[in-house]
Amino acid sequence: MALLEVEDLTVRFYTEDGVVKATNNLSYRIEAGEHFGVVGESGAGKSVSSLAIMRLIEDPGVIESGEIRFKGQNLLELSAEEMRTIRGNEIAMIFQDAETALNPAYTVGEQIAEAVRHHMDLDDAAARDRAIEMLDSVGIPDAAERYSDYPHQFSGGMQQRAVIAMALSCDPDLIIADEPTTALDVTIEAQILELLEEVSETFDTAIQLITHDLGVVAEFCDRVMVMYAGHPVEIAAVDDLYYNPQHPYTVGLMSSIPRIGDTRDRLQTIPGRMPDLIENPPGCNFHPRCPYAEDVCARREPPLVNVETGDPADPINSDSQSAACLEHTGDLLEGLDYQVTVRGTDESTGDAASTDGGVSDE
Amino acid sequence: MAPTTPERTTERGRIRISGFDPDVVASREPLSSWTPELEATEGKGRLEYAWERFKRNRLALFGTGVIVFMVLLAVFARPIELPDSLPVLAGQVIQPFSLAPVSPGTQDLINAHNPPTLENLAAWPPSPLGIFGTDWAGRDLFSRVIYGGRWSLSIGFIAVAVALFIGIPLGSIAGYYGGKIDEAIMRVVDMLYAFPFIVLAIAVIAILGRGYWELVLALVAVGWLPYARIIRGEILSVKENEYVAAAKALGATDRMIIIRHILPNAMAPVIVQATLSVGTIVLAAAALGFIGLGLSPASAEWGVMLNVEQDSIARGRWWAGVFPGLAIFTFVMAINLLGDGVRDAFDPQGDRTGSGGMR
Amino acid sequence: MSQQGTLHRPMGVSLMSSKEPLLRVEGLKKYYEAENDFLSQLLGRSKTVKAVDGVSLEIGEGETFGLVGESGCGKSTIGRTILQLEEPTAGSVYFRGQDITKLSSEELRNLRTEMQVIFQNPHSSLNPRLTVNDIIGEAFEIHDIGTESERDTRIKELLERVGLNASHANRYPHEFSGGQLQRIGIARALAVDPDFIVCDEPVSALDVSVQAQILNLLEDLQAEFGISYLFIAHDLSVVEHIADRIAVMYLGEIAEYGTPEELFTPPQHPYTEALLSAIPEADPRWDGNRIILEGTVPSPINPPSGCKFHTRCPKVIPPAGYALEQDEWRAILSLRTRIDNGNIPLDQFSGDIATAIREEYDIPDTIPADVDRILSEALEAVAVDDFERASSMLDKELETPCAVHNPAIRSTANGQVACHLFDDRYADGTVYPETTREAN
Ligand SMILES: Nc1ncnc2c1ncn2[C@@H]1O[C@H](COP(=O)(O)OP(=O)(O)OP(=O)(O)O)[C@@H](O)[C@H]1O
Ligand code: SF4
Ligand code: SF4
Ligand SMILES: [Mg+2]
Repeated sequence: MALLEVEDLTVRFYTEDGVVKATNNLSYRIEAGEHFGVVGESGAGKSVSSLAIMRLIEDPGVIESGEIRFKGQNLLELSAEEMRTIRGNEIAMIFQDAETALNPAYTVGEQIAEAVRHHMDLDDAAARDRAIEMLDSVGIPDAAERYSDYPHQFSGGMQQRAVIAMALSCDPDLIIADEPTTALDVTIEAQILELLEEVSETFDTAIQLITHDLGVVAEFCDRVMVMYAGHPVEIAAVDDLYYNPQHPYTVGLMSSIPRIGDTRDRLQTIPGRMPDLIENPPGCNFHPRCPYAEDVCARREPPLVNVETGDPADPINSDSQSAACLEHTGDLLEGLDYQVTVRGTDESTGDAASTDGGVSDE
Repeated sequence: MAPTTPERTTERGRIRISGFDPDVVASREPLSSWTPELEATEGKGRLEYAWERFKRNRLALFGTGVIVFMVLLAVFARPIELPDSLPVLAGQVIQPFSLAPVSPGTQDLINAHNPPTLENLAAWPPSPLGIFGTDWAGRDLFSRVIYGGRWSLSIGFIAVAVALFIGIPLGSIAGYYGGKIDEAIMRVVDMLYAFPFIVLAIAVIAILGRGYWELVLALVAVGWLPYARIIRGEILSVKENEYVAAAKALGATDRMIIIRHILPNAMAPVIVQATLSVGTIVLAAAALGFIGLGLSPASAEWGVMLNVEQDSIARGRWWAGVFPGLAIFTFVMAINLLGDGVRDAFDPQGDRTGSGGMR
Repeated sequence: MSQQGTLHRPMGVSLMSSKEPLLRVEGLKKYYEAENDFLSQLLGRSKTVKAVDGVSLEIGEGETFGLVGESGCGKSTIGRTILQLEEPTAGSVYFRGQDITKLSSEELRNLRTEMQVIFQNPHSSLNPRLTVNDIIGEAFEIHDIGTESERDTRIKELLERVGLNASHANRYPHEFSGGQLQRIGIARALAVDPDFIVCDEPVSALDVSVQAQILNLLEDLQAEFGISYLFIAHDLSVVEHIADRIAVMYLGEIAEYGTPEELFTPPQHPYTEALLSAIPEADPRWDGNRIILEGTVPSPINPPSGCKFHTRCPKVIPPAGYALEQDEWRAILSLRTRIDNGNIPLDQFSGDIATAIREEYDIPDTIPADVDRILSEALEAVAVDDFERASSMLDKELETPCAVHNPAIRSTANGQVACHLFDDRYADGTVYPETTREAN
């Protein structure tokens, strides 16, 4: 049994303009100490899925179906009180905007001490000491002195560190980090990622990292789920995803990032933009943007399948790479046709390193 | 066919994807009728959205209805003639209707228009003859109350309009240019704010004397302050928007920038405040009338009517105080409902959620 | 600033040094009054923020000049000052050889048709109350270009050109997605047919696929109309992709100029090197050496003396005459910066304060005896709260050119760098007496 198992999670928002299908039949698992990445563009449903785990979906949102099993216990069945003890104690969350995650009216130290007191049942002095320890451990210089600083006296990077300290204060088993470095400079991003790496190693904390940055995922994650329009379109180990992507959307994402050292003038990017999740395209949601789409794509919705066998994927019990494209169910006539070349690999055997995307039938 | 896992490297940019050709999508026939819609189906501006939200707000609509009704009553209470001072059209009737049974000055309605004497100067309770009864001078209260709207309501609307006319330019200049000008204008605002409202109004009336325009002026003397303050604050934040810099980069003049880009985006809170303060101003005018500093005691302004009937309830003539009071209450209630509706309509919280565009 | 030796004219190498470039910026400075409290205002002790502190650059016709740096280093201020949206404190901006800082407002207004700007936030860069038609047409109105119907045709053309549907002209901004809004912003800038556009982080708020679409669009427009760009971004991989030449900024100054190849080839300015190494590479088996810089960018109100990067530089030059390892020197120098700023909370330490301080600030115990003696002496002074003495003692005994002389831009084999490591006169740690340390 994995630390976290999400099964068939479906979240809807009932808005004035229609029903927003924010996540559809989302299934994945996270092992203890694992770094699990969730990638996708804005509005793909990344944040909603993580808020759902914390049961923080608010009106007009509804978790329609599914199970979220944390250490075997279905979080959706807990009482509000039980859920509160899980939040912070066992699952902590870090947001993109650290400034709004901190209360401007209290000092940073007090807020961490408060979290500590709340979860660990310590007295004031002990909580204070622990808070200073936490600030120190996330690399805030002069922790004892900065304890009594207010959030606005911290820089963006230090605020994010403080938020991480707060998240860590109760030794959670899972940290959900929603774009924790998006608002930060690369140099600070590097510091924060290093810190998260260190933390998860020392405490064996699992981390679900939500980001749109493929560089960050490559560096930080063990396994990755790519989301498009509320659907998981590919789940794979990080190596497979980068060297052998199996869904055209993943391929498009990778080909649209400018890479240092790549001297080609134009970026081959995905045309158009993501649907608004109220009225999704029929069949495969990606077909209006997919260069490989065929007639069948507008008619049949591709299931998430194991790319090797073509069987329905089981992201909870198996580690195999799975993708939701009709190519892998054998329904495409032409197949996918893209190459991933990794310079310097097996150069002697010509272009053997190139991976033909059209895998299943040929 | 799983690829061989590449070696570790320190070299950047070694992964290359080829064959993902976006032009294919552009050149092929769409595979389905689905098209990427814009986020809204019709071209509608913020104001139209605000109006739509307003229309859905029952209470606000009710308030608006009441106000319109009271205004109509006031307008059609008695015929309106053009003043004699006009050259050709003097004395022409431009509004012939008369909802009020008698002129507000007509005394002794009940005793059939006898010239007033000490004996027949008597107030009558509501009766089919005069549904609100008559006041101490025997004047028909119903006629006076609906006619009195002409004073009370017009003072409310005019004073607010004049106050906006002063407050908005001053506040805009202070906010847009900042620096010394800002400092000067805002210190004046602070200074005037330091006086209690009523004291300042009394002072103005003490200097200018009583009268309609004097009263308006007294109310405006303090009334413009909140608008100047609100608009200045709004402008300070609106002018940081990049579209203002973009307009400057295009060479737009300051005047154009203020009128076209800044004011329209800074007005919403001012409009809300203005709507709400029509009520406050009517109340203040009534209060001044009540303490005897408003219009002349003979006028049918609601506050003045209350003033002259100060002891009416004690003397058992409840109707003489209740009906003008009720008129003030109804109007202020209605304007507050309207104002709340306007505020909710402009509130971005009510805006459509779920835009997929931005991170 | 030290002025010995050959000073190279910045950015004169890769481009025509004889022909006048499209845009030439010389010694540009922009200082702001810092937010002063009432008391210091009264006492005339106002502080200045040196947002841009002496920047020179040249941009040729049809060229894309990239400007990178961390947030708050003054990138956007340079863009706005070049466009004269802010008045420069000092320096000149020559556009086609004409100093535009000296133009009258009327002349400047005419120039606005040649220089335009595209902003970062697509949502706040378009007036929500105007239709797309009004937004793009504003330029025509201001400069009185064309008749009503000509304007309409031109707006339609522009919309099509940036990849939008011409029938959307009557819609309002909130009906569009971020990428579409950015296209409208580009159309607005193109309306006056400019020769030069400042792109201030035009893709930072966009998704990867949309970001790539916009980058492609900007490149196509450049190819078609020969526009020059000043492309400001914090993302080096984006800048590397689009720019012909790049300047790396740190705290209002330029640390290094060069073509992308020059910039990415060592040896580089230590800051460039660190910045590059921090970019996450989208390759799980990439094992590049990460240089993690300590702390954050210092406040521009009170920037460090000498080389502004010396408080964080991983290669800061050790003092001459001591056998100090780089990490030892880095630790000592960081402690010295603390002492200079009086930034050691003595009441937090117990026991032997000197030892406690060494422990707290990770001073290696391997440092050579002669340095250790100086350090001990200084720490004794600190222990009795005499920061001034400690500070002057360390400054005097352990001098580094990095903390004294402000490095000038000089040409190297690849690119132009402002760092003493590339200057033989300083590389061994010599400090020249005639230049006195700038006041802190
Ligand atoms: N409170 C809400 N009311 C209505 N719709 C919502 C709400 N919260 C989210 N949504 C919708 O759910 C969908 C998924 O949103 P989500 O925030 O999960 O995307 P995301 O992948 O995290 O995007 P980003 O990269 O922008 O953070 C979007 O269409 C969004 O508009
Ligand atoms: S199912 Fe069709 S449209 Fe969808 S990703 Fe696969 S090829 Fe493209
Ligand atoms: S001058 Fe000194 S401190 Fe500055 S970058 Fe070069 S080595 Fe580092
Ligand atoms: Mg999100």
